[in-house]
Amino acid sequence: MSDVSGQVEGLAGEQYKYGFVTDVEQELAPRGLNEDIIRLISEKKGEPEWLLEWRLNAYRGWQGMEEPRHWPKLTFEKIEYQNLHYYAAPKQQAKPESLDEVDPELLRTYEKLGIPLQEQEWLAGVAVDAVFDSVSVATTFREQLEEQGIIFCSMSEAVQNHPDLVRRYLGSVVPKTDNFFAALNSAVFTDGSFVYIPPGVKCPMELSTYFRINASETGQFERTLIVADKGSYVSYLEGCTAPQRDENQLHAAVVELVALDDAEIKYSTVQNWYPGDAEGRGGIYNFVTKRGACRGKNSKISWTQVETGSAVTWKYPSCVLQGDNSVGEFYSVAITNNHQQADTGTKMIHIGRNTRSTIISKGISAGQSNQTYRGLVKVLPRGEGARNFTQCDSLLIGGRCGAHTVPYVESRNPDAQLEHEATTSKIDEDQLFYCRQRGIDPEEAVSLVVNGFCKDVLQKLPMEFAVEAQKLLGISLEGSVG
Amino acid sequence: MLKIHDLHVAVDGTEILNGIDLDLKAGEVHAIMGPNGSGKSTLANVLAGRDGYDVTGGGVTFKEHDLLGMAPEERAREGLFLAFQYPVEIPGVATTTFLKHAVNAVRRHRGEEEVDAMGFVKLAREKGRALGIDDAMLKRPVNAGFSGGEKKRLETLQMALLEPGLAILDETDSGLDIDALKTVADGVNALRTEDRAMLVITHYQRLLDYIVPDRVHVLAQGRIMRSGDKDLPAELERQGYADLVNPAA
Ligand SMILES: Nc1ncnc2c1ncn2[C@@H]1O[C@H](COP(=O)(O)OP(=O)(O)OP(=O)(O)O)[C@@H](O)[C@H]1O
Ligand SMILES: [Mg+2]
Repeated sequence: MSDVSGQVEGLAGEQYKYGFVTDVEQELAPRGLNEDIIRLISEKKGEPEWLLEWRLNAYRGWQGMEEPRHWPKLTFEKIEYQNLHYYAAPKQQAKPESLDEVDPELLRTYEKLGIPLQEQEWLAGVAVDAVFDSVSVATTFREQLEEQGIIFCSMSEAVQNHPDLVRRYLGSVVPKTDNFFAALNSAVFTDGSFVYIPPGVKCPMELSTYFRINASETGQFERTLIVADKGSYVSYLEGCTAPQRDENQLHAAVVELVALDDAEIKYSTVQNWYPGDAEGRGGIYNFVTKRGACRGKNSKISWTQVETGSAVTWKYPSCVLQGDNSVGEFYSVAITNNHQQADTGTKMIHIGRNTRSTIISKGISAGQSNQTYRGLVKVLPRGEGARNFTQCDSLLIGGRCGAHTVPYVESRNPDAQLEHEATTSKIDEDQLFYCRQRGIDPEEAVSLVVNGFCKDVLQKLPMEFAVEAQKLLGISLEGSVG
Repeated sequence: MLKIHDLHVAVDGTEILNGIDLDLKAGEVHAIMGPNGSGKSTLANVLAGRDGYDVTGGGVTFKEHDLLGMAPEERAREGLFLAFQYPVEIPGVATTTFLKHAVNAVRRHRGEEEVDAMGFVKLAREKGRALGIDDAMLKRPVNAGFSGGEKKRLETLQMALLEPGLAILDETDSGLDIDALKTVADGVNALRTEDRAMLVITHYQRLLDYIVPDRVHVLAQGRIMRSGDKDLPAELERQGYADLVNPAA
C-alpha cells in the first residue's frame, strides 16, 4: 500500500453533506448596487433616516476603496458587484409568533442540517435566532431572556425597537468604511443579530444563530452587534452551512462586540460553508470583519473558531484592548482541503495598561489547499505591562498543500512581554499506522490525530458545540486519505 | 493460523529478511529471539502492514488469506495485533477515546454491537486495573509522557481489549520491572486459548519462564538460524549468539 501522502493525491474530495437548495419563493431586488438600491433596502426595512444616511456614507466610501486582492495570500475570481442581488426575503405574510407559523419548508431545511428548532428549544435550552437568507424567521426563548432584560433579536427588529442602542454602538468597533468589505456590508446589510446584556446580568443560556445562504446569487451581508454592559456575561454561538451550488457566493459579514467594565463575551463559531468541489469549482467567498472592543476595565473577549468551509476565507477576528486589565483571546482551528484557501488570523491591539492576550492557532492543510496565519500584536505606548502569548501550529496532510505563518509584532512599549511560538509539521505516519494497527480506518485515524492536534482549541468551545466541531473536522478531512 | 513462506524483505534496497519460513498454528506460542538488528521488528512490522518495507519474495497467509494484500486496519480487524516495541505518542487524544475507537472498529467488523461510552469506560477500567493501569492514565493522551513500562502495560491492555486471534509481542518485556513483567505475562497467558496464537519477540529467557513457548526460533542475519523447544533459550543464555551468527567460524 502507498503511504498516506500518496493516498491523499488520488482521492476525490468529500461530498458536501449539506448541499441542497430549499424551495421557498424569494423576493429579489434587481441586480446591481447604487444609491437607489440602498434606499430600497432601507425603505423595505422601514429604517430611520439616520441609518439610511449611514448606509449611503458607507457606500460612498466604498466606491473609492479597493478589494484586498494583493496583500492576502489568496487568489479569487473577479467579483461582479453589479451583478449581485442585494436584497432577498422569503415571502411570508406576517412575522411568525411561534414555530408553528414558520414555513414548514424552512423548518425542514433546518432539520436536514441537523438543527431541529423544536428539539433545540426543548432539549438544549438554546435560544435560536435563525437567519434564513436575510430575514430572521424564528426567534425562540425570547420571553425568558426578556425577563432578565436581555435583548436578543434580529438587527432589523433592533433598529425598530432599540434604536438608541443601535445608534450608539453600530459602527463603533468596525467603522463603516473600515475596509472594502466592511464598507460594502455597512451599505447593504439586510439583517443579522443584535444582543444586549444589561449590567450585572449573566446570560443564562448560550445564544445561538444559524446562518444559511440560500438564494441563488444573493450576496450575504449579515451584521451582528453584541453589547455586554458592565459586569455582564454572554456566550454566543455562530454556526452555518450552505447548500451546494456552482457559482461563487460572496459573504461579507461584520461582527462587532463591545464589552464594558468587567464584562465578558465569548464568541464561538463553527463555519462550514460550501468549500467548492474537489476541482475547486464553486464555494463560498468569505470576507468577514470581526472585531471586539474591550472598552471597559477588566473586560474580556474570546473568539473561538472552527473554520472548515468556504472556498476563500479572509478573516481576522480581533480584540481592541482599551480598558486597563482587559483580556483578549483568539483560539482557532482552520482546516483547508482540496482547493480551499484561507488567509486568517487575528489582531490584538494593546492600548490600556496590563492588558493580556492569548493566540492559539491550529491550521490543518490537506489536498492542494493553501493556508496562511496572519497575526498582528500591537502594543501602544500607554500599554504598560501588556503581555501576549502566541502559538501557531500548522499540520500538513500530503505533499501538495501549503502553510504559511506571517506574524507582525509592533511594540511601542519597552515593558511589553511578547512570546511567539510556531511549528509546522507533516501528519505523523507512525501515529496513523499505530491507529490503523488497532483497526481504525485511515480517515478516522486522521480525524483522531487532527482532533488531538486541535485539542487546546476545541476544549475552549462550549460542550455541545465541541461535539459538533469534532464531527466536522472528520467530515472536512474526508477524502484527504484513503 | 500464520504461515510465512520464504519471506524476503528489503528496506531502501537493502535486504533485511532473506528467506523466513514459519508455521504458527492456533493454540501455539512461538518465541523469536536473536541479536540486535537481526530483523525481528522488521518481521513484526511487515506482518502488521507498516509502510516502507518491500516484500521482494515469498508470501504470508493468515487464516488462509493472503496477508500481504490486506490493509493494516483489515489485518487488525481480522485479529492480528502488534504490541509495538516503541509505542507511539498521540498528543491530545485521550487514551480511552483511542481505545474506544479501536474496540468499536473491530466490533463493527465482527458484526457486533458497538460499546457506548459508559460501558466502555467500565470495561477499560476493569481490564486496566488487572494490569496496573489506573483511571488517571486512561484519561491522559495516548502514551504521552508514559514511562517505558507504562507504555508496555498499555500495549498489553489494548491486546486484552481487542482479544486478537494472533498477537505479536515485540519486546513487550523490555523496560518492565519484575512485578510488571509478571502482570503483563499474566495478561498474555489469560489470552492463551486453543484458537489463538502468539508470536513473542524477546531478548530474555525471563519472559519465557512465564509465557512458556511451544517453539523458539533464533533469527540472525535475516534468517531463522535455529529452532528448538522451550529449553533453547537457556542454552542461548549460556552460549550467546556467536555460533549462530557466524556458523562457519
Ligand atoms: N526503515 C528502515 N530504514 C533503514 N534500515 C532499517 C529500517 N528498518 C530496519 N532497518 C534495519 O534493518 C535491520 C533490522 O532491524 P530490526 O528493527 O528489524 O531489528 P531487531 O531484530 O528488531 O533489533 P532489536 O533487537 O534491536 O530490536 C537493522 O539493521 C535496521 O537498522
Ligand atoms: Mg526490534
